[in-house]
Amino acid sequence: MSQLKKLAAAVAVALAAGSAQAQVSGGVVKIGVLNDMSSLYADIGGPGSVVAAKMAVEDFQKSSKAGLKVEVVSADHQNKPDVGSQIARQWYDTDGVDVIVDVPTSSVALAVSQVTREKGKALLNTGAATSDLTGKACSPNTIHWLYDTWMLANGTGSAIVKTGGDTWFFLTADYAFGHALERDTEAVVIKNGGKVLGKVRHPLNAQDFSSFLLQAQASKAKVIGLANAGGDTINSIKQAAEFGIVRGGQSLAGLLVFLSDVHGLGLEKAQGLIFTETWYWDMNDASRAWTKRFIAQTNGKYPTMDQAGVYSAVLNYLKAVEGAKTDDGTKVVEQLKKTGADDPLFGKGPIREDGRKIHNAYLFEVKKPSESKGPYDYYKLRATIPADQAFRPLKEGGCPLVK
Amino acid sequence: MEIFGVPTQALFGQLLIGLINGSFYALLSLGLAVIFGLLNIINFTHGAQYMLGAFCAYLLLEKLGLGYWWALVIAPVLVGALGIIIERTMLKQLYKLDHLYGLLLTFGLALVIQGVFRNQYGSSGQPYAIPPALAGGHNLGFMFLPTYRAWVIVASVVICFGTWFLIERTKLGSYLRAATENPELVQAFGINVPRMITLTYGFGVALAALAGVMAGPIYQVSPQMGADLIIVVFAVVVIGGMGSIMGSILTGFGLGVLEGLTKVFYPEASNTVIFIVMALVLLVKPAGLFGTQK
Repeated sequence: MSQLKKLAAAVAVALAAGSAQAQVSGGVVKIGVLNDMSSLYADIGGPGSVVAAKMAVEDFQKSSKAGLKVEVVSADHQNKPDVGSQIARQWYDTDGVDVIVDVPTSSVALAVSQVTREKGKALLNTGAATSDLTGKACSPNTIHWLYDTWMLANGTGSAIVKTGGDTWFFLTADYAFGHALERDTEAVVIKNGGKVLGKVRHPLNAQDFSSFLLQAQASKAKVIGLANAGGDTINSIKQAAEFGIVRGGQSLAGLLVFLSDVHGLGLEKAQGLIFTETWYWDMNDASRAWTKRFIAQTNGKYPTMDQAGVYSAVLNYLKAVEGAKTDDGTKVVEQLKKTGADDPLFGKGPIREDGRKIHNAYLFEVKKPSESKGPYDYYKLRATIPADQAFRPLKEGGCPLVK
Repeated sequence: MEIFGVPTQALFGQLLIGLINGSFYALLSLGLAVIFGLLNIINFTHGAQYMLGAFCAYLLLEKLGLGYWWALVIAPVLVGALGIIIERTMLKQLYKLDHLYGLLLTFGLALVIQGVFRNQYGSSGQPYAIPPALAGGHNLGFMFLPTYRAWVIVASVVICFGTWFLIERTKLGSYLRAATENPELVQAFGINVPRMITLTYGFGVALAALAGVMAGPIYQVSPQMGADLIIVVFAVVVIGGMGSIMGSILTGFGLGVLEGLTKVFYPEASNTVIFIVMALVLLVKPAGLFGTQK
């Protein structure tokens, strides 16, 4: 009898323990960092995003009493939508991943967002740019965390048109991201009284831009808008210098530029570039302190805004899991929309019903080599675009979730 | 005057640009053709060796302060020597086996080398400036031609035809060709065939490194610069006819021009046009344009 009693007690304890953990699938919150680990966008997110995610987990564990078990996994989507959605499916179906973060490359992000919605999980997208993620392709399971093409166009495009750059030629990466960035920037240019004289669409990861630059040169446009990113932007800028485009009186507008791009170009070539970002390492004490911890783990590579965004997203996600007492994707996203985000790097920021997270954006200019005083001392702040003006108004996106 | 809505002036510019890109294709496919023609090895490490050449130039400048002209000599020698070590220690074992083994080995090596550099230097690449003597450019009326690009065309034409002459028209070249046809017989004449093969591989690899040094100032010096290019270069070699030296040179320049024109008339297809040509050529002439059926 006592044997039976003991057994019953053991079963009861096991069940009780089970029910306490039951809200968290598999007893562990599993975070998947999905991005380009090896090609032209790998320095923007890549392994650095994994470091940032792990830092967020560490900081959450320090402040939380919930005793959640958290695990971070990562994979390379190779900038291919089919590879990305296949990894997402496997993660959700068999590996017990609860949330995917980062996912640069808009075409991949749109595909993964679709899979995430199907499976009722969560996608916190910091890496991709297309504003369609909170527009016609918005989803109750996706939060677009960091920046988007509308914000970039609005920040950089209008600043340039207002200072006289009123005729444009676009050099556009030929996929979802480039198309969205070109579309959103064109709208801003035209709204501010400018004109688009032409555009050329180049394949992703194109290497040689001389032919496209020659076409841009022939258009006689005052501004050549680079609707591309990462390695493509670096090579466009580098080769534009070679063909004397800036000396000939045309200027370049880098519509999406990251710290790693400026580092790759060197200040000599990048100086004077104007672009919009939502975060820079040297903004305040909190960002500098965080950066110090970050570079200790990345061989001295400084964080990009994407990597800071991954930290912010993961930290807020874990808080929301704790708050909602579940890791059910749809519910955690609801919780995040209810509470908004708050973290040391981006401060307080609401999350709208279309999935757009809101915070300030900043117009930066790249310093001259003589102005730079230390490693990665690259940007100076030209203007702050306040949070309520930085992003597309809720009503204009055409997101079906917005009533 | 206009051709299909494109001003002739602009078209001249694009043709010239195509020729510049073609010279890189020619230089890289030349090394591949030499290695395949004489060793029967499909050298998938070629892209990584091209990247090593560029990194060598970058490191010589950063660590030792040696500029472009030094790099043009030192990088091919160093990378070529590395190639010789690879040939002596690994490739040598595979000559008697199927092509597939050489392919697997060289492809694996390429992945390892690229991975190591990516881990160390990241993917954005390192800047490498155009040497002062070749900076600037000339206004040709129809386009602005950077001096450095003009240098690339001239240098690559000289190197390509020099190599062709060496292999097809000199005594050393005839030994080499004989050694591929019948190694035993050539060995019987007192020629050290294995050493000749080792040096040939080293030479092919050095050509890749040389192309890498020349590419450094134009593209970023980045770990995947070779991986991005090598697929196209393989297509060039296949179109030209595997192992045909003149074929790979002419096809390299020709396809560069074709790609340049595609960038004007239908830019979206510019990275597929070479493969379309490859498919067509293989359908009509499976040995390639200049290849001979064995």
